[in-house]
Amino acid sequence: MVASGKNRFFILVAGVAAIFLILLLRLWNLQVIEGHRYRTQSEDNRIRFVPISPARGPVFDRNGELLVENRPSFNLMVLPREVGEKEVLFARLNAFTGQDPETLEKNWQKGRKQPRYLPLALAEDLGWERMELLAENAVDLPGVFVEAQPVRSYPFGDMAAHVLGYMGQIGEEELQKSDYEGHRGGDFIGKSGLERGLEGHLRGEPGNHLIEVDVKGKKLRILRTREPRPGRQVYLTLDRKLQQVLEKAFGDEAGGAVVVNVHSGEVLAMVSSPCFNPAHFAQGISSAEWQQLLEDHRHPLSNKAIQGQYPPGSTFKIVTALAALESGLVKPDRQVFCPGQIHIGNRRFRCWKRGGHGWTDLRKALKESCDVWFYQVGFETGIDRISAMSLGLGLGTATGIELSGEKKGLIPTREWKRRAFKEDWFDGETVNASIGQGFVLTTPLQLAVMTAAVANGGTVYRPYLVSRIEDPSGELIFQNKPTVVNHVDLKEENVRAVREALTAVVNEQRGTAWSSRLEGVRMAGKTGTAQVVKLKDKIPPNREEEVPYRFRDHALFVAFAPADKPEIAMAVVVEHGMHGSSMAAPICQALFAHYFGVQAVGAREGIVPEGD
Amino acid sequence: MFDRRLLTHFDFFFLSLIMAVSAVGILNLFSATYSWPVAARPIYQKQIFWLMIGLSIAFTLCLFDYRRLRGLAWPLYMGAVLLLGWAALFGKVSMGARRWIDLGFFNLQPSEIMKIVIIIALAYYFSNRSYPQGCALPDLAVPFLLLGIPFVLILRQPDLGTALIVIFIGATLILFVRIRPRSLLLLGGIAAVAPWFGWFFLKDYQKARIQTFLDPESDPLGAGYHIIQSKIAVGGGGFWGRGFLKGPQSQLSFLPERHTDFAFSVFAEEWGFIGCMGLLFLYFLIIIWGIYIAYRSTDKFGRYLSIGVTGMLFWHAVVNLGMVIGLLPVVGVPLPLFSYGGTNMVTTMTGVGLLLNVSMRRYMF
Repeated sequence: MVASGKNRFFILVAGVAAIFLILLLRLWNLQVIEGHRYRTQSEDNRIRFVPISPARGPVFDRNGELLVENRPSFNLMVLPREVGEKEVLFARLNAFTGQDPETLEKNWQKGRKQPRYLPLALAEDLGWERMELLAENAVDLPGVFVEAQPVRSYPFGDMAAHVLGYMGQIGEEELQKSDYEGHRGGDFIGKSGLERGLEGHLRGEPGNHLIEVDVKGKKLRILRTREPRPGRQVYLTLDRKLQQVLEKAFGDEAGGAVVVNVHSGEVLAMVSSPCFNPAHFAQGISSAEWQQLLEDHRHPLSNKAIQGQYPPGSTFKIVTALAALESGLVKPDRQVFCPGQIHIGNRRFRCWKRGGHGWTDLRKALKESCDVWFYQVGFETGIDRISAMSLGLGLGTATGIELSGEKKGLIPTREWKRRAFKEDWFDGETVNASIGQGFVLTTPLQLAVMTAAVANGGTVYRPYLVSRIEDPSGELIFQNKPTVVNHVDLKEENVRAVREALTAVVNEQRGTAWSSRLEGVRMAGKTGTAQVVKLKDKIPPNREEEVPYRFRDHALFVAFAPADKPEIAMAVVVEHGMHGSSMAAPICQALFAHYFGVQAVGAREGIVPEGD
Repeated sequence: MFDRRLLTHFDFFFLSLIMAVSAVGILNLFSATYSWPVAARPIYQKQIFWLMIGLSIAFTLCLFDYRRLRGLAWPLYMGAVLLLGWAALFGKVSMGARRWIDLGFFNLQPSEIMKIVIIIALAYYFSNRSYPQGCALPDLAVPFLLLGIPFVLILRQPDLGTALIVIFIGATLILFVRIRPRSLLLLGGIAAVAPWFGWFFLKDYQKARIQTFLDPESDPLGAGYHIIQSKIAVGGGGFWGRGFLKGPQSQLSFLPERHTDFAFSVFAEEWGFIGCMGLLFLYFLIIIWGIYIAYRSTDKFGRYLSIGVTGMLFWHAVVNLGMVIGLLPVVGVPLPLFSYGGTNMVTTMTGVGLLLNVSMRRYMF
C-alpha cells in the first residue's frame, strides 16, 4: 500500500470507521430489524443449565476396604416461585416436621440471589421419619420436594481422620486459584489431609441438566443430561486393622504414631491423637464446633504425626551411636564409667539414673539408655558428624509424604547456629544433642523413617500413603512405587552392633522396654523421654504425678521387628506421657503383637523408668 | 528527570475515555453476576481492584520516558519467548491448555506479556529503518520471524484467539509501515489460503467452534448454544433495551461466560441498540484517539508503538464484539476494559500506560 504522510493515518481512520460501522449495522440488524423475533425467542427461551455435582471418589485401604464413601443426604428443597406465602409454608413445615422457622428463614435468605429457576435447600440431611412426614403432607406443601445430595461418609467413624482429612466449602482464595478451576461458590472441597491433596483426582467432573422451564421459571422437563463423571478411586497403603489397633492402643493419650514398611516406605498406619470426626465436616461444620476444635489445647485438628515437632530424646541415641561408630573413633566395646554424672568443659551433665550405670559399653548404653556414655562419645564424635548422620537418615527435612503442612523438624549444625543466633556452636550443645535434647526436633514420621532406615541397613525411603489411583471404570491412572531418597553407607558390623543392642532393649532384663516384649517375635527398639521444661531437679522421682499435665515430659518409642529380619518399623510419641518405657513402648507392643499374630508378654512387670 | 511540563501535557481526555468505558464495564459486571450466590466476593468488586492495579501500572509506566524501551526491546522479546517456551514445557495445564506459569500467588500467562512485547519489538525494529518505496518481501523476513515464533508457541498451547491477535497486531504495524503493492497482493493470497491449511492443525474443539459458527443451528444444545443464546440476548434487547438488571437472558440463563467473554451480550440486552451505539462510540473514540496520539508523536518509535497498542485494543474489541453478535467464530478473546479478568486488565492498562506516555512526551526530544 503506497500511502505517504498523513494519508496513512487517514486510511487507518477510515478502516477503523468502516469496521465499526459494520458492527453497528449488525447490531441494528439484530436489535432493531429482527429485534421482535429475538424478543419473542427470548420470551420463549426456556432452556437453562442446571449443574449436577459429581460423586466424589471413594477411598480404600490397602486391602480394598472402604474407608471413605458417599451417602445420600436428603435435603428439603423448595422452588421459591411456587410458594405462595413463605410464612405459611414455614409454619406448616414446623407443624409437620418440627423444623425451626428461624433456620428455614435463614436458609431462604441464603438462596435469595440465586437464579429463580433453581431450587434452594431449606434443610439438610432429613431423617427417614421426617421424610415420611413430608411425603404424607405433600399436598399442603406446594413447591417443596426432597432431593438426594451425595455427602462424604466414613464407615469407620473418626478412624485415620487426619490422614483422610475433612471437607469444607470452597473459600474465596481457593476460587481464585487455577487449581480449583471449574469449581463454583458453595462447592465442597477437601480442606485437609488426602481429601485436599487428591482433590483433583477425587472430585470428578460436574455434569448438567439442560432443562426447559416455563415463563415463571418452573421446570417443565429435562431436555438433555450430561452425566457427571464420578471422581477416581484411591487405594491407600494404610491397613484398616492396624490403624484401628494403633488408635485403640493410643487410647485417650495425645500424640502421634506412624508405622511404615521397612523395605518400601509404605505407611501402614498413621495416628494423631486426639482426633476429630470428619463426618461433622461433611456438610459444613457448625461454627461453635469449629471454634471448640480450634481452642482445644490438645490441638485435635493438627496431624501430630507430621506436624508435631518433638525433641527425640533418647531415641536419638541410635543416630549418635551410628555417627560415632561410622567415624571410626569409637568401637562398640568402648567403655565409659557412669557414676551418674559427667563433667565436660566446666559443666556437669547428669545421667537420668542418679546412681549411675557403672562401666558401660555401647550395648549397655543403648539397652539401659545410659546418658553419660553418650555424653562422652557424642562429645568425641562432634556435632558435625552427628548432624550429618541425622540428615542422612532423613531427620531435619520434610519426608515428602503426600500430606500438606508437613514440618521439617530441626537438626542443628554449626552453620544453622550462626544463622539463627549469630553465635558459635558450644561443646555443651553437642553433649545435649547426643541424647536428642537441646535444639533437636523431629516429627513422629521422621523418627519412623529413620528407624526403618536403620532396620534395612541405611536406605531412606520416601514414606507414602497413596498406593494407586483408578478411574471409576477401574482403569489404572497412577501406580505408586517406592522411592529411595538417600542411602547412607553404613558398615555392616556397625549396623549389627546397634541392632543387637536395640534388640537387647526389649528382649533382655534391665532393658528399658523389657516389659513390652513379644512372645515368638523379637522386636528391637529404643525408648525416649523428651523434656518439656527443665524442672526435673526440683521434683522428687516419687512425686512425678503431681507435675501439671502440660509440664510433663513426652514419652517416645521407636521400634522395628522382627529384629533379625525387619519388616515394619514404627515411632510413637505420647505427649506428656512421661516415660517411653511405660507409655510409648506398650503401644508398639500392641501393634506388633497384632501384626505378627503373637502374644504380648511382660506387660507392667519390672518397668525401668527412664529419666532425662 | 521528571519534568513539570509533562503534567500539563498529560492526556486527560484519553484517560477519561478509558475510565468511562471501565465504569460502564463494572456496572455491567454488577448486573451480569447479580443473580450469583452471595458467598463469594462480588465479581464487580474484584474488577474494581484489578482496575486500580491496572491504573497504578499505567501511571508507573508514565514516569519513564518510553524511548528508554528502545534499549530494552530485544531483552524483553527474548525474555517473553523464554517464558512462552517455559510455559510450553513446564506450564500448568488447566482446561486442556498449557498456558500458565504458576507463581504461587498468581498464574502468569506469558502470551499476554507477549502481546505488549511484540509491539515494542516490532516498533523498535521498524523505527530503525526506512522504506521509501515500502517494504518488499525480503525486508519482512525479520518481522515475520519475530511474529512467527510467538505465534507458533501460543497456537500450540492451544490459544487460537491470542495467536490471531498477535498476528493481527503485526499485520497492522506492517501495513502501517507500508508495503509494496505486489508484496501485499502475494501476502493477501497466502493469508486467504492459509486458513484452509491451518484447519488440519486445529484441535477438535476449535474445529467444532468454527463449524458451529458457520451453522450454529446444527447443534443448538451443544457447541452452538453460546452463539444462539448470545444472539437472542443481544437481539432481544431491541432499540431501548430491557433495562438495568432486567435482561431476562442475562439474569436467568446459564451462559457460563457471561461475565467474561460474553459480557457485552448482557450489556446489549439491557441497554439496547441505543446503549450499544454509545458504547461502540466510546471504543471508536479510544481507537481514533490512539491513532491521533501516533499522529502527534514526533519520533518513529513512539508512532509505531502507539499504532501497535491501538491495534491491540482495536482487534480485541472487534474480535470480541464480532463473536458476541455472531459475525465471527467463538475464539475466546475478552473485550478490553469490559470483560472480567485480571490478566486482561493488566495487559490493557499496560498498553494504555504506553499510549499516555507517548502522548505526554510529544514535545520532547
